[in-house]
Order: sequence, then structure tokens, then C-alpha cells
Amino acid sequence: MKQVKTADITALVEQLCIEACCVITEDINNKFKSCLQTETSPLGKEILGTLIENARIAREERSPMCQDTGMTVVFVRMGQNVQITGGFIEDAINQGVRQGYEKGYLRKSVVKDPIHRENTKDNTPAVIHYEIVPDDVFHITVSPKGFGSENKSALRMLTPSEGVEGVKRFVLDTVSAAGGNPCPPIIVGVGIGGTMERAALLSKKALLRPLDTPNPDPSLASLEAELLTEINKLGIGPAGFGGITTALGVNILTYATHIAGLPVSVNIGCHATRHAEGGL
Amino acid sequence: MDKRILCAPFSDETIRSLKAGDMVYISGTVYTARDAAHKRLCEMIERDEPMPFDFDGQAVYYAGPAPAKPGKPIGSVGPTTGGRMDAYSPTLIAHGLKVMIGKGTRGARVIDAMKQYTGVYFAAIGGAAALMAKCVESAEVIAFEELGTEAVRKLQVKELPVVVAIDCRGNDVYKLARES
Repeated sequence: MKQVKTADITALVEQLCIEACCVITEDINNKFKSCLQTETSPLGKEILGTLIENARIAREERSPMCQDTGMTVVFVRMGQNVQITGGFIEDAINQGVRQGYEKGYLRKSVVKDPIHRENTKDNTPAVIHYEIVPDDVFHITVSPKGFGSENKSALRMLTPSEGVEGVKRFVLDTVSAAGGNPCPPIIVGVGIGGTMERAALLSKKALLRPLDTPNPDPSLASLEAELLTEINKLGIGPAGFGGITTALGVNILTYATHIAGLPVSVNIGCHATRHAEGGL
Repeated sequence: MDKRILCAPFSDETIRSLKAGDMVYISGTVYTARDAAHKRLCEMIERDEPMPFDFDGQAVYYAGPAPAKPGKPIGSVGPTTGGRMDAYSPTLIAHGLKVMIGKGTRGARVIDAMKQYTGVYFAAIGGAAALMAKCVESAEVIAFEELGTEAVRKLQVKELPVVVAIDCRGNDVYKLARES
């Protein structure tokens, strides 16, 4: 049985929080550059150029790309043969968040209670998702999620008769209603199937797939391409000021569902959709 | 594009000269305030208490910065969604705080108040916060320190890049973008 120490988990999470907030992923940066070539709106080009420059400054100065360094979403993929030693895994992850947000000069944006709204001052607790897998892997992805984009996300329980057309309509309606608020160009995570909460989780996980990695399912890949084309016809453009670059990508994940249902969740990621990962 | 630099505070004449879609740069003083500070300002108005700064011609920047690193005036500081301030803005506009900097569209009541009182709503570039921090020369908390990132800060900015999102005639760059 493999052993993983909580102290190592804390150190890893600390490092991933800072990296995710300060260093743009290569796939997104490359997409900015290619969109700068294709964007037709002069103001849209100006914005894309600014985002490229912002990403460069953030990377070089190790400053957060965006001041909203998010609520920290942590995905843990853990083999069933792994034993955690030295304490409780959840405490170790939250300690990593606490240290990362302090040492990285990241903003603390979490309130203890949604009604009374007192800031916890260390960005904890994180939202942690665990996935148990075979073998002895231990892998963590940290994805700080800003709420400009999170607030524009939506979920609907469609009926099976609404089918793929209903899915497309819901995705487009959600992106259209979001307009310039979620800091376009956005990445659109779509979760289809499962139950209500599974669809929501799929849509969040979908945001983690790099833009240059195609969907392994050819029919979903073609649905993604079609949705991306339609979204980029909405005219929202970079920062919402108009143009053809409204989304950088559409990523879909699906799961089995019930004979009576077609849950669809749309999780919108801003242009700085952030994630960093590592293993122990 | 010629670089048009506006110096805060703003005169009505300057505000009237701006039209939706113009890209301009702001230099001078701006004050940060977001959700929690807006709620408090409106509660203070209701109680007839003095405001923490003189609203006349001043700009409010909807922003909650990241912490400053040693030797820097401020951390990354980009705009937050303006729509969340819609519940408070008409009251503040009526009391003279009619230049706003945020991102995303605004509600009809805010736009009506901007038309009535000659206000303007600028959009800064959402997410370009590391770059915008470089436009800030100094920052000082002047009210509600206990709110942390949501405190009211007085910033001296140099050439902060913004777009006129909604002008004093109610023209809205977000709507114009979708129509064209």
C-alpha cells in the first residue's frame, strides 16, 4: 500500500494555488494569439492584445492574472491502495490553500456563511471533489474559480424529447444571457446526463480539458465545434465589446442518465480559466 | 487610435463628450468600492451620515484588489461585475457619485439615473488585473478597513485603460455590440 503524507499534500496544494493563479496555461495563451489574428473587431483585437500582455506580466512577476483568485476548487484522484498518513486529508488540503493564498499574495474571497457573509480571511474552505480510482495514484488538480463567470452558469433538467437540439438551445441561451459579464472570451464547460449534481460536476470538470486536446468521442467533438461556431456568432466578443471571439472552446462531458431525464449543466469559465495539477 | 487621457475628477462637460465604445485612459484619483461597501454607503445615506469622500465628479471603481506585495502599492486589481451594484447605484448617483468603472452591463434604473444626472459607466478590462495594477501609483484605505479587500481605497491611477460602456445618453456598448 502506498503512503502519502499530509505534509506533502499541503505543500503541493500551496504550490498549485500560486501556479494556477499566476501562470496561464499554454493552450489558452496560444488560443489568445491565434484569435488575435482572426478577430475582426478593432476593439476586440485591442482587448486580446491586452490579455496576452496581462498574462505575460502575471507570469513574469508571479502576480495573479486576475484579482479574483476565486474559490478554490480541488479535484483529488486517489487510488484505493493509497493510505494517507499524518492527519486528515481535508485539513491538509485546506492548510495548503491557506498557505498558498497567503504566500502568493492571492485575494481571500471566501465568506464563512452564505447568509451572514463574514470573510474567513484565508480563502478556506476549499470545495473538494474526491474520485477513487484503482491502483495507487495520487493526483491533485487545483482550479481557483472566479465568480464573475461562476455566477453566469446554469443548470436545467431537460426532457428526453428535447434531445440534442434542446441541449444546444440551453447552452446558447446561457452564454447569450451571460453576455459580457463572465469576462469573455470564455471557455464553456458542459455536463450532460447523470443526475442534477453529477451534471453540474461534469460541467466543472469539462473546463479542465486543455483547448488543444480534442474530445475523444467524435460525435461530441462535432457537437463542441458546432456550439463554438454558434457561440462566436452571438457578437459578444472580447470583454463583451463586440467581435467574433466570444468563446475559446466548448468542452463537453457526459454520463449515463435516467430514462426520464436529460440534465444539462453549463459552467462558464472566464478567459483566465485556471488550473494546475501535480501528483505525489 | 489616438490615446485620449481623462483626468479625474470629471466635469459634466467631459462626461457629455464621451460616447459608448470610446477607448480612453483615466488618470487621477479613483475610489474602490464593491458589494459590501456599496451596501454600507447606502445605509449611511439613509441615516443622513457624511460620506467617506466627496462624491463630486469622483469615480468609483468596482474592484477588490489582491494583497500588495512588499514595495508595491497594490496587488492585481481588475473590475468586478457592475450589475451587482445596480441595487445601490441609483441612490449613489442621485447623491453625486455618477462616474463608475466596472464590467458588464447595467440595469434600466441605473441607466435612467445616468441620463438624469449626467453619469457615465466605464468598463475596465475584466481579468487584466496584473496589468491594471501597474497603472496604480498609490493606494490608501480610507473607509471600512474591516472589510479587507472590500474596503474603500483611494487610488492614484495613471492611464488606466477603460472603454465607455454606457454614456450619459444611455447608449450601451454591450447592446450595440450585439446589434451590429
